[in-house]
Formats: sequence, C-alpha cells, structure tokens
Amino acid sequence: MQAFAALVDALVYTRSRDAKIRLIADYLRATPDPDRGWALAALAGTLNIATVKASAIRAMAEERFDPLLFRMSRDYVGDTAETVALMWPDQQTAKAPPSVAEIIDLLNATSRARAPSVLAELMDRLDADGRYALLKLATGGMRVGISARLAKTAFAQGFGLSVDDVEEVWHALRPPYAELFAWGEGRAERPNLADSAFFRPFMLAHPLDDGVVDLSEFAAEWKWDGIRIQIAATGTETRLFSRGGDEVTAAFPEIAATFTGIGVVDGELLVRGDVQGGEAASFNALQQRLGRKTVTAAMQAEYPVFVRLYDILFDGAEDMRGLGWTQRRDRLERFAAGLDPARFDLSALIEARDFDHLAELRGAAREAAIEGVMLKRRDAPYLAGRKVGLWYKWKREPLVADCVMMYAQRGSGKRSSYYSDYTFGCWGEDGTLLPVGKAYSGFSDTELKWLDRFVRTNTVARFGPVREVEKTLVLEVAFDAVHESKRHKSGIAMRFPRISRLRRDKPAEEADKVATLKAMIG
Amino acid sequence: MWIDPSQAVARALVTHGHADHARSGHGTVWATPETLAIMALRYGTEMGTPVPYGDGFEANGVKISFHPAGHVLGSAQILLEHAGERVIVTGDYKRRHDPTCAAFEPVACDVLITEATFGLPVFNHPPIEDEIRKLLDTRNAHPDGCVVVGAYALGKAQRVIAELRRAGYDAPVFIHGAMQKMCDLYEAHGVSLGELIPATGLAKGELRGGIVVAPPSALNDRWARRLPEPVTAMASGWMRVRQRARQRNVELPLVISDHADWNELTGTLLELRPSETWITHGRTDALGRWCELHQLKARALDLVGREDEDEG
Repeated sequence: MQAFAALVDALVYTRSRDAKIRLIADYLRATPDPDRGWALAALAGTLNIATVKASAIRAMAEERFDPLLFRMSRDYVGDTAETVALMWPDQQTAKAPPSVAEIIDLLNATSRARAPSVLAELMDRLDADGRYALLKLATGGMRVGISARLAKTAFAQGFGLSVDDVEEVWHALRPPYAELFAWGEGRAERPNLADSAFFRPFMLAHPLDDGVVDLSEFAAEWKWDGIRIQIAATGTETRLFSRGGDEVTAAFPEIAATFTGIGVVDGELLVRGDVQGGEAASFNALQQRLGRKTVTAAMQAEYPVFVRLYDILFDGAEDMRGLGWTQRRDRLERFAAGLDPARFDLSALIEARDFDHLAELRGAAREAAIEGVMLKRRDAPYLAGRKVGLWYKWKREPLVADCVMMYAQRGSGKRSSYYSDYTFGCWGEDGTLLPVGKAYSGFSDTELKWLDRFVRTNTVARFGPVREVEKTLVLEVAFDAVHESKRHKSGIAMRFPRISRLRRDKPAEEADKVATLKAMIG
Repeated sequence: MWIDPSQAVARALVTHGHADHARSGHGTVWATPETLAIMALRYGTEMGTPVPYGDGFEANGVKISFHPAGHVLGSAQILLEHAGERVIVTGDYKRRHDPTCAAFEPVACDVLITEATFGLPVFNHPPIEDEIRKLLDTRNAHPDGCVVVGAYALGKAQRVIAELRRAGYDAPVFIHGAMQKMCDLYEAHGVSLGELIPATGLAKGELRGGIVVAPPSALNDRWARRLPEPVTAMASGWMRVRQRARQRNVELPLVISDHADWNELTGTLLELRPSETWITHGRTDALGRWCELHQLKARALDLVGREDEDEG
C-alpha cells in the first residue's frame, strides 16, 4: 500500500502528462499482481467497491470527531477523504500496513453496515498518506488528474504496447486485469474477445467555434440532446454503454430486449414526448430515467425511450470503423431497416444548400431536443476519441439572462479556498428575488479572484459553508434551455447554466424577471 | 503601550520580527535584542530598548517581561503582571525543536492570548526529519537539475538550511540574494548555516545537483528562469493540504512550519490550563470549539491587519 500511496501523492503534484505516465508505468512494472491490477482499475475508474459509499467515510468520521470541528476542517480542506485522513490520529500498531489486494479483499468481503469498522481498522495501520490513498481507493474517486485514457496509455507504454490495442480489449476485461498484465509481459496471447459484447470507445467531436466547413466535405445532422449510447450485441447478449463506457443495460431494458441486430451501433437515447407529437422530448424528460439501476414498468410506460442511430461500428462481426463515414452511413441505413421502428430510428441528415443555409436552419431550430448541429467529414473513419478536423459540434447559441448573485459556496478540490459556486436569482412577481439556478463555471481565474473577494466583503449571513451576499451583483448567465421544475420556488430550472459575464455596470433592480425566463420554456 | 500594533504608535512591544508583527515607524520599541537587530536590518535604524529573555521592566504599574516563543530568532512571548494577575501573549510560537532559535518556554499564567494559525485538527506537522529526508531524496533523484525551496526569508529559510546541515548535508546551499543579509544576521547570532552561495549570477551548470533556497514569491517569478530544471518545493505548514500545495504549483510540498500545529496548540492549553484563553489570528472558531469541549473558558479576539495564510 505504501507504494500505491506514494504513487497517488506523486501524481497529485505532477503536472506534466509524460511525467505522470512515467510514474504510473514504473509503478505497474515494479508492483506484483494483483496489487497493480487493482491500482490500475482505481486510476482508470473501473474499481467499484459496493460496500463502501461516501457515507461510510462520513459515518466513520462522525463516530470519532466532534461534528463541528469536522465540518470546519472539511470546509477548509475541501475534500472529505483528505480531511478524515489528516484528522485521524497516528496509531502505534504492531500490524503491518495492508497490501492493496488485502484492502480490496477485506472490503469486498464485508457488508455495507460493517464497512466503516473494517475501514477504521485499516486506517489504524496506515500513515496520513496511506490513509488518504485508502479512502480514495475505497470510494473509487481518485481525483489525481488521471483520465481512464491516461491510465491505459501508461499501461501501454509500460509494456511496449499500442494504446489503441489496449483500448480494444480493455472493456472486455475486469479488474485486477491478470490477463492484461500476462499479455503485457509476453506470458500470454492477447485476450480473446469473441462472443462477448463489450464497449468500444466513442468517436467524439471538437467544438466548431467560429469555423466554417465545406458541405461537400462534411455531412450535417442534428445534435440531439439525450445521452450518447452504444449498443453492442452478439446474438446471445446485448449490452448498452454510456459515453464513458459504463454499462447501462439495466436502466433501459426495453432497448436491449428489442434490439434484434448483431453488431455495434452508436446513437442517442431519447424519450418520446406526447406533447412533441411523438417526437423527442427535452433532456428534462430523460432525466427521469437516468441514474436508476433498475426501472419499473410504470417508468417505462411514462417515459418511453428510443435510440436515434448515428453510426455503425460493427455489422455482424465485420469491423466498419476503417470505412469512411459515407460508406458507414450506407451500411447503417440498411442495418436500421431491420430494427423495430418504434425503438430505433435514423438520425436524419440536414439538407442544406451551403454553410450559410445551414446556419440559417440551425438558428431556426428551436425543438426542445435539438442541441445544435453535428458536422462529420464524409471520408473520415470512426476513430476513438476526439480527432482534429473530422467531427465538429456546433451548438445552438445559448440563451442568456441577467441574474443577481444571492449565495456563494466554496468550491472543491483546486478551488477549495475560493467562493466559486454561485446561486443567483431573478425578480418574482412580488418584487423579491427567487433563486433560478447555480453555476460554477464560465469565468476566468482573474474574475474568480474578483468574485471571491466580492463574496468575502459582501457577506450578510453565513449558513455553514454557504454565504449569503448583498444582492447587488448582476451576473449574465448563459444556459441551453429552461424548463419547468416543481423543485424550485421560482418554478423553473436551467439546463447547463454558466456565468457568461460579470455585469458590474448594471444595477440589481434591472436584472431579469422570473416571468421573462418562463417565457423561454421551449 | 501596544503589543505588535499594525499601525505606527508611540510605544510598542514587539514579539518578533515578521512584518505583520513588527512594523516600522513606532516611536519607541521594546523587543528582544535579536528582534531589534532584525528590525534594524529591515527598516534601518530604529529606536529600541532591548529586553533579553527573562528580563523585565515596569510601565504604568505593569511588569513586562519577554520569554522564548520558539518561532524564529528572537521571538518572544510577552508576560504582563499586574496586581497578582498574569497575562501571556504568545505571539507566534511552536513547540518543536529548532536549531535556529531558543525553545518555547511554558509560562504559568491566568490569561493566555494564543495564536491559532494552524488551529484546525487537520494540521499535524510531521517530524521535520521526514521532510528534510524527502528534500534530500528529491535532490539525489535529480542530479542534472536542482531543487528550489520556497521559504520565508526570516526564520524558515535559516531553519531549513540548519536542518539540512543537521542531516549531514555539507554541500554549499544556494540562496536568493534577498536572503543573504538575514542569513548573515543569524550567523552573527551564533546560528551556523555552513557555506552559502548567492544563486544570482551563477551559470545553470553551477547549480546542477544543488539545493536553492528562495522566498516563495520568487518561485513562479522570472528569477526562477535561471535555474536548471528546477523541482519546486515549498516549506510551509499549509503544504499539509494537497490542493493548497497544488494551487501554488508546488511539486514537492515540505510540511515545515514555524507555528504550533493542532496538537501543540491544544497540548499547550492543557499544560498551562489558564483560567481564560483569548484566541487571536488563525482559526479562532475551531480552537474555541475545542476549548468548549474541554471546558476551558475561551473567546475569540479579532485583530485587524492579519490575513490568514500569509505566512506559515
């Protein structure tokens, strides 16, 4: 465990990507199985210890520390696991520090109720850095600036493999990845994947920003505002994956059950809305279906889902990804023709004369489920990740409103010393401010410093980590959409709000009214 | 008569030489001889009456004496005695061993006015030997580069150098020009720092494999461009919290503090058991809460001109 703790610490303080890769690769080569496999899973975000939730750590802390002192400490540190690791007293124990594998085995073998005490015993055997690594390992959120891709790249470099080859087999394997290391060390063949339905990395788009493309080279289609989904089917099993490669089959059983093809397709999962005349409803409707491990028949009936297909990666066992988009589109159309039209349709192409015409169509589109336009190079193969010049997303212009800052809260992580999360409001009918949203992005570092000082010098009340401020600062807030919400007093909720400008010139009385926002519900 | 006033006054008692405690322009200053020497170095000639540790004098019927605080060279606690009542102002202090200054002396008192810079239970400074070992290991792992340590020019820099010497490191230590005079002052007061070479003006090749000590403000400044592949270290109690270290672009955090950590603060309260404790700059709320839990009478004393996190 000390080696893993040292790695975690070194990663926290290392900024260069290459240096991070070297650190991880060195660790993976020097550490025996299965410790290194568990560590790799932790870094790549595939380690999930079902018995330990964030609440187990809070429970452990509450049992030992004065709640007030703990809360003050947590507010200062900005991270629960680190706070507990630092507050935990060093023990003089004869027991040796546990190995990574011992920790995983003990935690997997316990129950959720017993987990806090098992964790506590492990804490007593470690120093502050070890305790930090333990808690991060147990809860699965490492927060050391490592993406899954970087972890795989480090593995590939450590063992002289290509990262694309690793990526290809990765999702068919499970921690602690014994087959992967055996392959890496040349002790075994590349793992055999036949007959398993697993995730292939998505192809992603760059923002178009102010660019212009030639429509003879690029095809245009709508960017739908649902969740990106991949369906992989072998004939014996069908599995659904979200953008990050997480399996979501159980949340959408009707999709898996009605998919009759064999192959791998890429599409957008959407909810069919009655008010939209059977067309796709807003993301708000889909949200009712997200984050559920299982789903009732009533939910399935109330929020019927379907998949709008974008692309095809495998047709049967045949890999389509090397083909150009035009050829794949052709294969996709034929493939989709064999599917249940109630559950699967094709994402239609936008017929535009030229780019200006496309801009006009994009500007006119106000359908709830349209987020913007996708531009795909007609001759581009399907490549993992975000490759320059092949796919662009061109989002609709955001909506904006002038709101007044009401509350502020310290951020987490790097921002834990700044008041960086702001709740803002608009004027209600009776002339009071009602909160309409919360944002923590969109401003520059310089603006953040200014905002932080504004909050500190204009505080009128404190509620734990939250400060209420003088209602004087107008924030121009950009957002993608507004919808009704019963959860908020204002009756509305914003989709993806962010601060677009600080309107220090504008008096708070001139900020927008809630009624103005309600008129934007689309 | 004021203690560590943040504005110029006619008569000031000064606990130690850090700028937020010792400012210039007072009429008359009472401080330890070392603190007066530090103030003279920083502000030019100052009117001052030296009060050595243990000595006292009387003013307005109050007996005033200075006692070692263990914070930096010359740092003192100030004891005020009047009509049988004893008040201690700790100033900044620590209880750990420090080869560059006199060790903290516990003084029995009725009222304790204590600092609380690191007054949160997350602050438990590790043994300095461990931190110096990290520094030396990093230096050994980078023979073609150097390690630049951010350390405050008064106190921290000399302590880091003295601890390096205690750990057996006898190569020259390179220092930022701004530190030379303070290091000379320490030497003149009997704190031996070994061979120090100004880093300014040296070629990159001469700094390879070396340890450079510089004020924190120089780390991300143009000054640092002269260094060969530097690993940026920072010696401060704030380095205990990971994201704080990251915010300052620190690659090697060294948890070395000249302030009492949580256990030292609370341990001192338990040892002295004053009938009343006033808590000044730092985390007055958390230490106050601890006093409440331990049935010690305490209150927060808000002082102006003290920003938290400005030193460590």
